[in-house]
Amino acid sequence: MARATAREPVQDPIPIPEKISIQITVNGKATELKVAPWTTLLDALRDRLDLTGTKKGCDHGQCGACTVLVDGRRIVSCLTLAVMKDGAQIVTVEGLAKDGELHPVQQAFIDHDAFQCGYCTPGQICSAVGLLAEGKAKSADEIRELMSGNICRCGAYPNIVAAIQQAMGRS
Amino acid sequence: MTAYIGTPASRIDGRAKVTGEARYAADFNEQNLVYGAVVASTIPKGRIKHIDVSQALRVAGVLKVLTHQDRPQMAADDDAYKDDVAPEEGSPYRPLYDDKILFNGQPLALVLADDWETARFAATLVQVDYDAAPYVTDLQAQLSTAYVVPKPEKPRGDAAKAYAAAQVRHEAEYFIPTEYHNPMELFASTVHVDGAGKLTVYDKTQGVQNVQGYLSKIFAGSVQEFRVISPFVGGAFGAGLRPQYQVVLTVLGALALDRSVRLVLTRQQMYALGYRPATIERLALGANADGTLAAINHEAIAVTSQFEEFSRNDTGWSGLLYKSPNTKFVHKLVRLDVPTSSDMRAPGAATGVYALESAMDELAVALDIDPLELRLRCYSDRDQNENLPYTSKALHECYRQGADAFGWSQRNPKPRSMRDGADLVGWGMATGVWEALQMPVAARIVLTANGHAEVSCAASDIGTGTYTIVAQVAADKLGLPIENISVKLADSTLPQAPVEGGSWMAASASHAVASVADDIRDELLKLAKAVSGSPLAGAAGADVTLAGGRLVSRKDAGRAMSISDLMRHGGLDRMTKEKLNTFAQDHSHARNTHSAIYAEVKVDEQLGVIRVTRVVSAVAAGRILNPKTAGSQVMGSVVGGIGMALHEEAVYDHAFGRIMNANVAEYHMPVNADVHDIKVIFVDEPDDQVNPLGIKGVGEIGIVGVAAAIANAVYHATGKRVRDLPITLDKLKA
Ligand code: FES
Ligand code: FES
Repeated sequence: MARATAREPVQDPIPIPEKISIQITVNGKATELKVAPWTTLLDALRDRLDLTGTKKGCDHGQCGACTVLVDGRRIVSCLTLAVMKDGAQIVTVEGLAKDGELHPVQQAFIDHDAFQCGYCTPGQICSAVGLLAEGKAKSADEIRELMSGNICRCGAYPNIVAAIQQAMGRS
Repeated sequence: MTAYIGTPASRIDGRAKVTGEARYAADFNEQNLVYGAVVASTIPKGRIKHIDVSQALRVAGVLKVLTHQDRPQMAADDDAYKDDVAPEEGSPYRPLYDDKILFNGQPLALVLADDWETARFAATLVQVDYDAAPYVTDLQAQLSTAYVVPKPEKPRGDAAKAYAAAQVRHEAEYFIPTEYHNPMELFASTVHVDGAGKLTVYDKTQGVQNVQGYLSKIFAGSVQEFRVISPFVGGAFGAGLRPQYQVVLTVLGALALDRSVRLVLTRQQMYALGYRPATIERLALGANADGTLAAINHEAIAVTSQFEEFSRNDTGWSGLLYKSPNTKFVHKLVRLDVPTSSDMRAPGAATGVYALESAMDELAVALDIDPLELRLRCYSDRDQNENLPYTSKALHECYRQGADAFGWSQRNPKPRSMRDGADLVGWGMATGVWEALQMPVAARIVLTANGHAEVSCAASDIGTGTYTIVAQVAADKLGLPIENISVKLADSTLPQAPVEGGSWMAASASHAVASVADDIRDELLKLAKAVSGSPLAGAAGADVTLAGGRLVSRKDAGRAMSISDLMRHGGLDRMTKEKLNTFAQDHSHARNTHSAIYAEVKVDEQLGVIRVTRVVSAVAAGRILNPKTAGSQVMGSVVGGIGMALHEEAVYDHAFGRIMNANVAEYHMPVNADVHDIKVIFVDEPDDQVNPLGIKGVGEIGIVGVAAAIANAVYHATGKRVRDLPITLDKLKA
């Protein structure tokens, strides 16, 4: 077990921002959280709520690994401060399966081997779920274009497109 | 019995990966975790004159700031810092060790705080006073300092003379810039303090036992026991072969505070880790008018650091592919004030074969021969370097099946002759080659009386599919349904395995599992013989097999006993066997994988925008354990090859000795819209000589030659030859 380490009290400390109370619903569960205004939604999910399925790949909105659904829309949670989402409905990769049954997109990712290391996968899947809800992508080219905010360094792209096409057929 | 080997089984870890349950190094949470943030050097060379941490320490929530002057004890000898795959020559970098600055981005301090945001903020307040020294970071400017490193490939004949006398000649210089692995997972470690001098380290690595050994040496004085765990790795491509500095820093933090600590590097900080070295490749090919080769001259000049000598085989690959009586290979290094270069997917081959296969394409143009035909005329059935036959080499079939699937025979050889509306269309091809390596690996099987088995090994699965193929092999060898097999990997306390790299893990782990499964079978047979009136009384190990949950005579399937009965007779709930598998040393044959890659590009004639619209990769790599996961590996490698050809380049600002595009937006990598149709073909290549199961591995072969096929297609489309990677539209329009 970890022990707390005491530190000599500091003269003239530089304060850090005070925590603010917010209410969010995460994967259907109403949650009250005290977070500092500089805490991103990504870090709040991972470090405070132990929802580590959502990944950090850049922290700069460049890779899509941190994609989650906020009020049904896909966003990069690393570019979103948690306090901005007070009152929001948030769905992460952990919240997609219902009663042990995988979401069609999750199942399609397994069927088509749409990942290797799996690190970009939660972001890809949330992004794909958001994409389906948008209803804009019809062709493979449109899927490619609208999934291009999610980098997969393992290069599973053709399988990701195939998986999304399968899920589209089902939903 | 092969019910699973060779089938496209879905990944057994797939569910964990699509639900977010799979935990990576930065996902192991604990109450009261301390978070670290790194302060990195902003100069490439010099000394720390003074480092002022007082402002950082004033920040509420900061617990400590470690520097070279204030940190727990570390070993003081080079040997402690040499990990299993460190270059032989040189003195490894020691994180936070002293005041010397060896490269830009080097960690100079570690801020430890109650949370990540506070640590990151406080890190910005650390003031470093430098004693800057003159530095060099520009390969081209330092060519006069290049020195030769010895390589095993011997010269043949007199390549200079044969080149000068050749009827047709092609000579050119090719360039591959510095490339970064950029796995999607940030390098991270979480160190849990278990008490009593024991630390559990969750690390992003391709080799838990490598990290375990490394940390044990560095902290021999202060830590009794390290356990290193890495059940899931978010990509690595070579970046995780050597232990990276964050793991040392995290341990230092844990020791300094006696608390559990997590450190996640930023993407920018990862550009101070290893990389594929920028390499200049000079090719001079001499040919006879009939399209056979008279001379191959290949010289490579690559980057290493000032403190370690990293180099791989760039130049020797032609000897495996093409007959030529005269060859000369030279490998040189230039030392720069940068971190040590490292293995990145198909190290040496990705770069060297890019140049070789581009040069072959140019030679085909000079000879006015179809590029595929030229490869066939130069085809070698022997490894020319060692003058050895191959255990198998189905490259001919790769050429043929790839060409058929692609439609190569429809190619109009004239550049700029094929069009699709406003686009110029180009078709190019190239050859790929890699080694079929195998290493000692141990595995443990625990078989329970209810017909379940747990298979374990310290090997990693970095996305390659190790979990799945281990389960497939175990299921077949134990005669159990794959659902009854559970697999545990990547824990340093598990049976021995080397780092996962070089494409050796599939063959090595499979044979380890197969061989310990034979021990299980033999043990069950012993139990069977002890039963009175046993139907298997006279059988030897080789006479029986495990199938359908039973031990069965191979000759007479009627003679059988179920595993559960046998274990009950023996009074056993479980049976445990562990074994180290080694491979016979056989130097009578060359062992290689091969591929043929065909690529189509479409180039907007006005703008020069290049799209890779189709790639066919035909691979010969022995027995494919799982065409689904292996297919993904090759497909992903092709995507890596597209990046190499068209996108990837770390751009240095030599005025600061620093990389300008140290992020994943400006260091371009292929995104979904860049990737179109990729077809992977596995050519049948039975091989009972390479190893008993005929496995060669596919982790690297898929990327080798891809950049050349694309570059050759771009030439065919446009008539313009760009030899400097990446091929961007400015170079095309220049
Ligand atoms: S971590 Fe948010 S986009 Fe990369
Ligand atoms: S599966 Fe590894 S980055 Fe996408």
